[in-house]
Amino acid sequence: MSDAGSPAEKADMSDATIDEICLVALAEAFRGDGELLCHPMGPFPVAAGRLARASFEPDLMLTDTIAYAVAGTLALGTTVGDPSGDEGVVVEGYLPFRTVFDQAWSGRRHVVMGASQIDCHGNQNFAAIGDYRRPKAQLLGLRGAPGNVINHTTSYWIPSQARTFAESVDVVSGPGYDRVAELPGPSGRFHEIRRVVTELAAYDFETPDRTMRLRSVHPGVTLDDVLAATPFELVVPGEVPASRLPTGEELHLIRNVIDPTNIRKHEFRS
Amino acid sequence: MTEDDVVVELSDGMTIGIGGWGSRRKPMSLVRAILRSGLKDLHVVSYGGPDVGLLCAAGRVRKLTYGFVSLDSIPLEPHFRIARQTGTVEAREYDEGAFYLGLLAATHRVPFYPTRAGLGSDMLTYNPDLKTVTSPYEDGTELVAVPAFDIDVSLVHMNRADAAGNGQFLGPDLYFDDLFAMAAKRTFMSCERLVATEDLLREGSVHTLRIPRLHTDGVVEAPGGAHFTECPPDYGRDEAFQREYAATARDPEAWARFQADWLDLPSHDEYRARLAERAGAGSGS
Repeated sequence: MSDAGSPAEKADMSDATIDEICLVALAEAFRGDGELLCHPMGPFPVAAGRLARASFEPDLMLTDTIAYAVAGTLALGTTVGDPSGDEGVVVEGYLPFRTVFDQAWSGRRHVVMGASQIDCHGNQNFAAIGDYRRPKAQLLGLRGAPGNVINHTTSYWIPSQARTFAESVDVVSGPGYDRVAELPGPSGRFHEIRRVVTELAAYDFETPDRTMRLRSVHPGVTLDDVLAATPFELVVPGEVPASRLPTGEELHLIRNVIDPTNIRKHEFRS
Repeated sequence: MTEDDVVVELSDGMTIGIGGWGSRRKPMSLVRAILRSGLKDLHVVSYGGPDVGLLCAAGRVRKLTYGFVSLDSIPLEPHFRIARQTGTVEAREYDEGAFYLGLLAATHRVPFYPTRAGLGSDMLTYNPDLKTVTSPYEDGTELVAVPAFDIDVSLVHMNRADAAGNGQFLGPDLYFDDLFAMAAKRTFMSCERLVATEDLLREGSVHTLRIPRLHTDGVVEAPGGAHFTECPPDYGRDEAFQREYAATARDPEAWARFQADWLDLPSHDEYRARLAERAGAGSGS
């Protein structure tokens, strides 16, 4: 395991740590998005969005996680104080919550959310465990998941796959492909679950019946590890590629620009 | 007027809209005034934070309409968690954006606004009164019809206001406070500082004057009125205080102490005096 504060310029790709590999796999979810509002929730996904824009997807629009769209690459944990006065921060837009909803419904947005449960169709739950009416455990709630998922592209970041992948979910916050297929007419036409990234592998739904497929396995992880942490039937292609390693430039961006204080590593404590 | 003058205008069973967002610019001095009154059986409509948690913990809430209930730096409001897990409140939970449309429909006096938000999710399963509509045009899209929120009184907290009830926000986000004010039959506004109308543009551009007096029925000057939630640029969140508040959900004795220390006070002035003492004692933020 390398020291994340190691010298920048020509970081050696082979010393990439698992959090950095996951970050790159999650950033890859934004490849091809072009000019849209990249709106990841939580520090790790935010780092992935910033990495994507700083490297291969330069037209993405990103916020400071409060209300400002920021042109430069902010470090995790930094927000814009005074939009006219903060040194080195270029504000390119204003996105208060109401505008975010308008933006979401316009479709020019890709979110990354977390999940407490997710099934093979992409049905996601972070609302409650048990009977919703009187839950055994109240979780975050539906939050913006129902509106996000039905209106534009969604990906999920799941740092503990075995605890989260589920045969069925107790409450559907973000609907999966089976639920959306049942909607009448064109109601579900903007639904797309692009990618699910866990600490073990990356997944998509590019299958005929839109159930979850193994897309790539992170270096150091075996197919058996993946299957042991998957309680449902996973579509596994004949040949499963390894998730790619970060480039030297990406490692530099992650370690020195986007997350110099190693906030991303908190996701891997468990 | 004072916080207690506002509470006189409220009654048991009312639907109360509360502005702000999570633990941000909540009209906390007004919420505390409700807590020291005998008001009960309230239906609270809120992008909830400690306003919802406190009212639930004190047993004043019959029904909740909410987009979420969070303390931001603490993702789930702990007293709200208990209320849900013990089944003490009726929950009407909407997608955050759908909630906005409930306010907007009430503001525009239309029965509902259509949206895709909620289709395919359990928002519809667990709100059986929510209905869908089919587009009357060729596309025939089925959409959720978010009903207009029927709010008796809204409470909002602004950075500045004039005595006539023109409200000004100086922070990064108005949230939905203008809609809360317009959606409700009556609205009472607290503010950090009451200023003369001619001084409203001294601290912010005309774009910050977002709640016109047309939609307010009374103004309370309450410096620190959003404490312990944030109210930038006047002050940030009192995270140490919020942590203490959150910990009371795990410990009935701590909750009793919190009530005695911070809620069973006769006025907002008294609350501020206590806070000043706490800061002086070096135990505060």
